[in-house]
Amino acid sequence: MAELCGVVGIGQTQHDAKRTDVSAPGLLREAATRALEDAQLTWSDIDAVVIGKAPDMFEGVMMPEIAMGDALGAAGKPILRVHTAGSVGGSTAVVAASLIQAGIHDRVLTVAYEKQSESNAMWALTIKIPFQQAIVAGAGGYFAPLIRAYMARSKAPEDTGIRVALKDRLNALKNPYAHLKIPGVDFDQVANSPMLWDPIRYLETCPSSDGACAMVLSSEKAAESAPTRPAWVWSTAMKSEPTMFSGRDQVNPQAGKDCAAELYKKAGITNPRKEIDAAEIYVPFSWFEPMWMENLGFAEEGLGWEMTYEGATALDGDLPVNCSGGVLSSNPIGASGMLRFAEAAMQVRGQAGEHQVEGARKALGHAYGGGSQFFAMWIVGSEKP
Amino acid sequence: MSEAESELVQSITTPLRLEYQYTAGVASTRFLRGMADGKILGQRCPQCEKVYVPPRGSCARCGVATDLEVQVPGTGTITTFCVVRIPSDSLDIDPPFVAAHILLDGADIPFFALIQECHFDEVRMGMRVEAVWVDAEDLGPTFESIRYFRPIDEPDAPFESYKEHL
Repeated sequence: MAELCGVVGIGQTQHDAKRTDVSAPGLLREAATRALEDAQLTWSDIDAVVIGKAPDMFEGVMMPEIAMGDALGAAGKPILRVHTAGSVGGSTAVVAASLIQAGIHDRVLTVAYEKQSESNAMWALTIKIPFQQAIVAGAGGYFAPLIRAYMARSKAPEDTGIRVALKDRLNALKNPYAHLKIPGVDFDQVANSPMLWDPIRYLETCPSSDGACAMVLSSEKAAESAPTRPAWVWSTAMKSEPTMFSGRDQVNPQAGKDCAAELYKKAGITNPRKEIDAAEIYVPFSWFEPMWMENLGFAEEGLGWEMTYEGATALDGDLPVNCSGGVLSSNPIGASGMLRFAEAAMQVRGQAGEHQVEGARKALGHAYGGGSQFFAMWIVGSEKP
Repeated sequence: MSEAESELVQSITTPLRLEYQYTAGVASTRFLRGMADGKILGQRCPQCEKVYVPPRGSCARCGVATDLEVQVPGTGTITTFCVVRIPSDSLDIDPPFVAAHILLDGADIPFFALIQECHFDEVRMGMRVEAVWVDAEDLGPTFESIRYFRPIDEPDAPFESYKEHL
């Protein structure tokens, strides 16, 4: 029987296009210090650090975690880096939780970040493969054809993506840490924003952000001294699949379905839509909300769009999704997955302020990465499992 | 903020260069040499019998080597696509342009390719296309021996025929 793991401290930075006031280690320290303050702990209480970020090609600095050890209070302690592309923030939290669940450590600091202002993600993701034309324009260039495929398969109303974007942009106005805030944003403004990768519009796309997220994870025993109610980890799961094989369903990937099935089984959940009170899902382009609603088993295949359309995923719906404004509003890539996990924990701790789902007792955090091939998820609850 | 502060250098962009030797591997080498001859060579999985173009030397679904070579024609179907309207330094072409998933006739996996010789608003899922090659004297061991794909005068392929290959 694994040890219980609780989230006893959560911190995130002010996310912005350019945080020129801090270095990358400074950005991480801002989030980590807030997580420690939330847990009423100090650096010396931490046994190990688990860190995640997007591939080193983004900022062009190899293995930055080595030079960040001091800034993270990790001198003389184990430090571990996790690499799973865009899903890394989620996988990093899962790895950190496993160190508690395995009884190896009592308190682990887990952090994730990206300083996109010091990088060029569009360049890094427009890969020039030898002997081929470079025509896949960044992440949007890769995912836009999959969105078009979903639209054709589901026959979803064409404005579904606009509705998702509008919901998340309105939610962001309630989140003090969100990067992209557009006061007064409305349907027409999203609908009339330019196409970047047709069928993806500008306002249906995530921004490039500088930001970091941190959590202090604790064993059951060490959590007894926690000043506030921990979020208890009910289950975690990670799955992946190859990028290319014949017949691969990239719209509704098998690895995501398998990951969700394992996650629910471990948590004893049989009806996710009914038993989960809030979800933070990795939605970098608006149409991925309905796509992931199906992949996560909240809706039948082809019907995920109905949840958006009926308002089920709104803050006052039956399954509020991305109450924080989500990746569409803040996208420090490496941290984006951990922010989903942390926001889920904030919901069950009653810490989410204006974007709190009233009485949330169980919440899902989700991240995906690569060519829709890496998945990481957790379910956290207000009660112990 | 004072004038002196506003002039502080907060970041600089520096060039970065990496030189590396690319080893294509057995399957890609066969494919690239085929390109130099104006042929499109794929490989069939001995287990599921799916044809991979370009070949990778293995079928990731079955976990087995693919060593049965097959030649496929330059005609195929657009299974899905996007219209790229955002510029990037590392793109080989200026937007707007269409990047499409193309399923060649006889192949069982699509690849990304450029669509030209029609307005981007006319591109559809299911549209039939053909490869446009460089001139014979310019053929070389590169996928870039195919310049792009262009529409051909055939009825669109039905959705059912390519829905497994979006």
